[in-house]
Amino acid sequence: MLRRMLAFTLRRLVVAIPTLLAIATASFFLMRAAPGGPFDTEADLDPEVLENLYTAYGLDKPLLEQYGVYLANVLKGDFGPSLVYEDFNVTELIAIGLPVSARLGVIAMLVALLLGGTCGIVAALRHNRLFDHATMTMAMTGIAIPSFVTAPILALFFGLYLKLLPVAGWNDGAAANMVLPVIALALPQLAIIARLMRGGMLEVLRANFVRTARAKGLPERQVVINHVLQSAAVPLVGYLGPALAGIMTGSLVIELIFDLPGVGRYFIQGALNRDYPLVMGIVIVYGTLIILLNLLSDLAYAALDPRVRRTYR
Amino acid sequence: MSAGGLLQSPTLRRAAGGELSGSLWRQAGRRFRRNRAAMGSIGVLLTIALASVLVPALWPHAVEDASWENILLPPSFENWHWFGTDANGRDQFVRVFYGGRISLTIGLMTTLVALGIGVGYGAIAGFTGGRTDGFMMRFVDILYSLPLLFFIIILVTVFGRNIFLIFVAIGTVEWLTLSRIVRGQTLSVKAKEYVESAVAIGLSKPAILRRYIIPNVVGPVVVYVTLLIPTNILIESYLSFIGLGVQEPLTSWGLLISQAVGQLDTAPWLILFPATLLAITMFCFNFIGDGLRDALDPSARQ
Repeated sequence: MLRRMLAFTLRRLVVAIPTLLAIATASFFLMRAAPGGPFDTEADLDPEVLENLYTAYGLDKPLLEQYGVYLANVLKGDFGPSLVYEDFNVTELIAIGLPVSARLGVIAMLVALLLGGTCGIVAALRHNRLFDHATMTMAMTGIAIPSFVTAPILALFFGLYLKLLPVAGWNDGAAANMVLPVIALALPQLAIIARLMRGGMLEVLRANFVRTARAKGLPERQVVINHVLQSAAVPLVGYLGPALAGIMTGSLVIELIFDLPGVGRYFIQGALNRDYPLVMGIVIVYGTLIILLNLLSDLAYAALDPRVRRTYR
Repeated sequence: MSAGGLLQSPTLRRAAGGELSGSLWRQAGRRFRRNRAAMGSIGVLLTIALASVLVPALWPHAVEDASWENILLPPSFENWHWFGTDANGRDQFVRVFYGGRISLTIGLMTTLVALGIGVGYGAIAGFTGGRTDGFMMRFVDILYSLPLLFFIIILVTVFGRNIFLIFVAIGTVEWLTLSRIVRGQTLSVKAKEYVESAVAIGLSKPAILRRYIIPNVVGPVVVYVTLLIPTNILIESYLSFIGLGVQEPLTSWGLLISQAVGQLDTAPWLILFPATLLAITMFCFNFIGDGLRDALDPSARQ
């Protein structure tokens, strides 16, 4: 068992390394294929100044050499200087943004798991009754309405009309400033998790071992807690990786709307201003995170459900 | 396909809801037509599509007609400003449906791009099998674990915010699942006994492809495609929202929502219409997708 899991982990890691290399390579060459340079915006620079800038940032060297230097630096954790935020290098910017994004993301994930999971469980236990239909309708709505619509409406309602919460801003992560971004970020995942949990529950509730548990006279509460929940949560564990990826991409737009100083806002600013090193750095860091989290989620999934391991052999 | 001896009896057939007569496709069509949510959704979508074509052509206000006297008017039936006007005094009603043209077109076009790449890739991998298949699918695995939205953003940043590039950028990224579906289905059908017997009778490869593989692949692909269209519409809205998608003077639901967010405190109604149309479209495609899945694969229905 342990050896099997180890082999599974290794095989997945072997795929992860070329994946990361592919991310770095693809983003590097795509960015360099871009028409227009990063200094184009500062209208009509002196050609000499421009040349100096290019030399200073190493942009005058042959492409392959730039690529080699870049890869070597990335391995050392150095993503180069940001072209737009002149006094910072990319690593510093990510170090500033990541705690903000991580805090937001982790809390949103917990909210989505706890609330979504509970809603799904209760909906399944009240199958085809009012609560079930109401929750599933709301979940459908949560999936259909994108977070860039819910977020501004939440800000308008709770911030401007009711004046209960700040409309935007980070304020060093004060709880009041976190509430609306967390809700807006968690909602779509919450909806998906509720549906998954309900589906898993309904399937397990019909299983033979549950009928046996009931037949031997266990009280319903014990049947649900000891027998149903464990098996019903398995599909949810498999969804953890994609959910985190969803929250990471969702947080781009949420950080923009609520004006939070996270990685997502830097990413969009970088993309709008052709700040190649910044954009590449963030893609590599987020790519690594997503791959690692996916790996963890798959490992947990495989540990819980032996059938999964076979598909990866 | 005949339903077998017992069900020749009209009474029994009626008891089975008439479901077991006619070809498999006919049965699926009948099941689908009986699904009220899905049929209603088709009607609603057709209405939205028709309005998107007709309204910008027929409405008394033109899409780009700005008017400084009529800035941020609330919705009213006066002067044909049913959805009010935006910050430039342009009529929101006509803009919402003009945006619908682009959002729907992008949804369809990107899905076509993804369909072309995904089906081709998956079919080649599945039909060739062996080492080629392993290699091709490992490549898909690698792409699968990438943060795709980030890549779309890079593609759009690099190649400019041209509307055709948005088609290509979204389409080239969203074909992965399609290729997996097609490849998996092809592989599993290829291993079935009836294909083996077809080979034994001496049926040619193209004939096997046409008679057995394609009909079996079409179902899941159609279902996935109906669910991919709304996903792609959403991705486009997302891009437009952050300023990397459709640019003025063109507009889309995402861009309209983004502009409305800027006016949220003074003109909250502006966000209502594009957001509602976007949500309705999402709902409809999802209902149709679910309906198709239930109709094509009744055993999967719970």
